[in-house]
Amino acid sequence: MTQRNNMLQLILSLVSGILFALGLIVSQMVNPAKVLNFLDVAGTWDPTLAFVMGGALLVTIPAFRLILKRPHPLFAKRFYLPTKQDIDARLVTGAILFGVGWGLAGLCPGPAITALATGLLPVLGFVAAMVAGAFAHKLIFEQRT
Amino acid sequence: MTEFTPVSGLIGGLMIGLSSILMLLGAGRIAGISGIYGGLLTPAKGDLGWRIMFVGGLILGGATWPLLANPLPVDLQVSWPIMLFAGLLVGFGTRLGSGCTSGHGVCGIGRLAPRSMIATLTFMAAAGMTTFVIRHIFGG
Repeated sequence: MTQRNNMLQLILSLVSGILFALGLIVSQMVNPAKVLNFLDVAGTWDPTLAFVMGGALLVTIPAFRLILKRPHPLFAKRFYLPTKQDIDARLVTGAILFGVGWGLAGLCPGPAITALATGLLPVLGFVAAMVAGAFAHKLIFEQRT
Repeated sequence: MTEFTPVSGLIGGLMIGLSSILMLLGAGRIAGISGIYGGLLTPAKGDLGWRIMFVGGLILGGATWPLLANPLPVDLQVSWPIMLFAGLLVGFGTRLGSGCTSGHGVCGIGRLAPRSMIATLTFMAAAGMTTFVIRHIFGG
């Protein structure tokens, strides 16, 4: 039973990952030029990405509400939701640093990983640096192992 | 210039939303990319498989698309050193701020979490200001 649930979770994660990537590609969120033109309100503004987030929230807001009323997910014992609630300096500082990086390259984590498939070396460099940045955070803030 | 494409934007957004719904409904997990790959750096027993499959799916989706349709529209805008610097900021910042566009922007706001709304407004504003400075002040 648990074995079966584990297998179903793995298949579901793969399918979700593929669907997520296709969504990023169809919407062109995977394209740094598109992202930077969305962010560039004062210049060559392209509002498309507002429709991407709008489309996603249109379904997640009602669906999450319904799903979280269930006692547990379909193939797992419980929901794994973020426990932090506080709006603190780490949240805001992290969001600022992320925003600056996103605004420089036009890539955020999902599109960057999906764009690896292009084989473009600067994308590979971006993802390697991204993993190094996450690792640096781990070394600095998560030392107790 | 890029063309305003609201319909494909909306369809892509719905697909991203649906993927996030599948993860929460099936596995009880938040489809936040920075959190999913970040968890691969701190391997916990029994917590690796689904993360590897999701990240693998992201890459597989990107690899399969050109076989079915057009090449991926990935038009890079900046030089190597800036790509590396930006990658470091994105990797460090998303871990410090507990999320990125997907985790806070789609899933967090999807749960109506105030923390995620603040984070999303903050990184959107920071990204917008960065683009403004680069394009209109340095004229990049």
